[in-house]
Amino acid sequence: MADYEVPKLTGEGYCEIPAVREGVMESKGPFIAKPDFQKALHFPNDFDAAGSLVPNWKERALDKMADLKGRYRSLQVFLDICVKCGACTDKCHYFIGTSDAKNMPVARQDLLRKVYRRYFTFAGKYFPKLVGATDLTEEVLADWYNYYHQCSQCRRCSVFCPYGIDTAEISMAAREILDHVGYGQKYCNEIIGKVFKIGNNLGLPGPALFDTVEGLEEDVEMDTGIKVRFPLDEDGAEVLLVTPSADFFAEPHIDGLIGYAKVFHETGVTWTMSTIASEAGNFGMFIGSYETMRRVSLRVREAAIKHKVKRIVFGECGHAWRVAYSFLNTLAGPFDFLDQRYPVPQHILEFTWSQIQAGNLQIDKTENDDKVLTFHDSCNVARGSRMGDYPGGQFDIPRHVIRAVCNNFVDMPADTIHDATFCCGGGGGLLTDDLMEIRVKGIQPRAEALKHVTTHNGVTHMAAICAICKSQFTKVLPYYGFTMDQIVSVHQLVSNALVLQRQVSVQARPDDEDGDED
Amino acid sequence: MTFVSILYGLLFWAATLILIGGVAMKIRQYWNTPAPLKIPTTPAPVTQGGVVWRMFREVVFFQSLFRSNKTLWLFAFLFHISLWLVLIRHTRYFMEMGAVLTFLQPFGKYAGFTMVLGLAGLWARRFLVDRVRYISAPSDHLMLALLIAIGGSGLLMTFVTHTDVTQVKAFFGGLLTFGFFGDAGGLPADPIVLVHLLLVALLMIIFPISKLMHAPGIFFSPTRNQVDNPREKRHVSGWALELERQGKNYLDELKK
Ligand code: SF4
Ligand code: SF4
Repeated sequence: MADYEVPKLTGEGYCEIPAVREGVMESKGPFIAKPDFQKALHFPNDFDAAGSLVPNWKERALDKMADLKGRYRSLQVFLDICVKCGACTDKCHYFIGTSDAKNMPVARQDLLRKVYRRYFTFAGKYFPKLVGATDLTEEVLADWYNYYHQCSQCRRCSVFCPYGIDTAEISMAAREILDHVGYGQKYCNEIIGKVFKIGNNLGLPGPALFDTVEGLEEDVEMDTGIKVRFPLDEDGAEVLLVTPSADFFAEPHIDGLIGYAKVFHETGVTWTMSTIASEAGNFGMFIGSYETMRRVSLRVREAAIKHKVKRIVFGECGHAWRVAYSFLNTLAGPFDFLDQRYPVPQHILEFTWSQIQAGNLQIDKTENDDKVLTFHDSCNVARGSRMGDYPGGQFDIPRHVIRAVCNNFVDMPADTIHDATFCCGGGGGLLTDDLMEIRVKGIQPRAEALKHVTTHNGVTHMAAICAICKSQFTKVLPYYGFTMDQIVSVHQLVSNALVLQRQVSVQARPDDEDGDED
Repeated sequence: MTFVSILYGLLFWAATLILIGGVAMKIRQYWNTPAPLKIPTTPAPVTQGGVVWRMFREVVFFQSLFRSNKTLWLFAFLFHISLWLVLIRHTRYFMEMGAVLTFLQPFGKYAGFTMVLGLAGLWARRFLVDRVRYISAPSDHLMLALLIAIGGSGLLMTFVTHTDVTQVKAFFGGLLTFGFFGDAGGLPADPIVLVHLLLVALLMIIFPISKLMHAPGIFFSPTRNQVDNPREKRHVSGWALELERQGKNYLDELKK
């Protein structure tokens, strides 16, 4: 299937820590963005073609570094305080899968740190050899471009570092610097351009979305005999649902969307999606650009105001939830015009779980009896955000919901779940075909853990709550002998088990001033 | 007063100023650098008190390190806890001994051994574990060598060639009043003492420009010191607020 070796699984649930090898994953990195894409994102675009640099690239890179370290305490502190203890070296799924030395988190950070030291520290200016400082050269930039795109910003390293040094923060800074000298990544930047222009990552225009939801309504009606609505751009609904655009058309994402719709239908809470905010994902985070992330976030605010909703709920997407939970209030707040009795924003799982707890949903668990489930904690949810009102709620709530709708649930080995979860291998802007090799190798630890529970506990399916995880798994797990349909959405399980009682969906009432349903 | 005493007196004054001034400058830098986004590594505490407790567990027990690597934790913990005991013991050179200090003296005395042992373990890893070997720069080795030399020379003085402690104490007491110019008592002309003190001064001088900044730095690590409450409380940095105020999208559009 590939011209590189796909790692072998043992089914024992853990991976050997490989011996360090150098240069295994040396490459040119992903496709580079053309000047046009850069322009759309307000990045410098005074270079000729993808792969060439802006004039004075060196000064401009260093200026950007100075700017960033002055604006991000994380970057400044993390660059200074790493003691090279090595505690993080065996924690990255990309290192485990590739054995490339520069995929050890601290070594990845050092690519940037060496340059930081050379130009910004006393020791590096006067004793570069001693402290391992290096000049900024084109080779160094190439290494940044390559290895900072072999980091999914999953933050697993930050959990295990004694100082919480988060390589994701360094990767983001490096990518932002690269964007400022002409080395933008095509995949991320093209997608953000689409969001600005059309409204979502996949570039689905409004009419296509209307078509899709219409088709979905028909499908569900055929399936259940009940007309479940999929409202789009409806003013006066209580809830604005913001979900990854993959939910509109990809498998198994779309089954998740059907699940959300059924839950809203049953609870009688009026809701709408919006063509303005037809994308929950926010790739601005992947490229480390606060300004881009903010521009993307502001659409959600705009949609909430335009449709006069009272609550914002996010669908199943890992990094979207991190940006929403942790940053939305910062980037696009304050949300004082929304109903303050609910957190802003809420996760669809928080919504569904509260409805299950309130007894508003009739569930027939046996509908999922053909499956034994396990659950993949998405990095950004597990390590970057929360659900519910206590630390760790993000681990419990998805599991509570799965247990409420399925009879058979087994967790993967303890050191591969919760905040120690292993990345799917495709996050952080790596979900592109030009990075297939790193994606295949990076999934090894997750595949290993999954293999363990399929071999020992009869697990047949893995549920995920992230659009990127789902896409990556369906595409890459087959390299390890799994099938695409073993990956399911959590709300797909909800959808299977939910017994629809209501005959008609409740409609939004645009002129009703206090259309509160609960 | 000997020439050496004057030299060491000046050296310690300089080292102290560099240490305090340098660390203060760095802390000021960290303090003044905004943290524009909430990035605590979760599950993170949702209250300020919870953050203090989390920090306490990290700083005192190295909780995250314990999760990551038990051997490393053992050596690191051994070294740091011993270092504290040794440092406490050294306060007798600067102040009168109270009951607590007297009680801790013997612990501090033998902690010298565990300190060197911990350091030796840490250094061995740098040669024996290929991953750690790969990431080590010469300065990482030198730092351990320096600490071991300090510990070793200290042990020599305690257990092999005894030094005139009273005289050392008088010297450091004198330093506070620039006593090295007068006759408040000079350093004992003992080569091991001189080596020990020289290395300590060196350590103090490189502290602010080296990775030793991890000690104060950890308190500024946003992934560890932030409260996880972004939905309840809006968190905005000054420069981001300025973008909002001026209705701009990009920093370079700001009217400064
Ligand atoms: S665990 Fe933290 S301090 Fe240790 S090497 Fe990794 S990043 Fe540096
Ligand atoms: S953030 Fe994740 S992918 Fe990046 S270095 Fe850390 S563990 Fe590896």
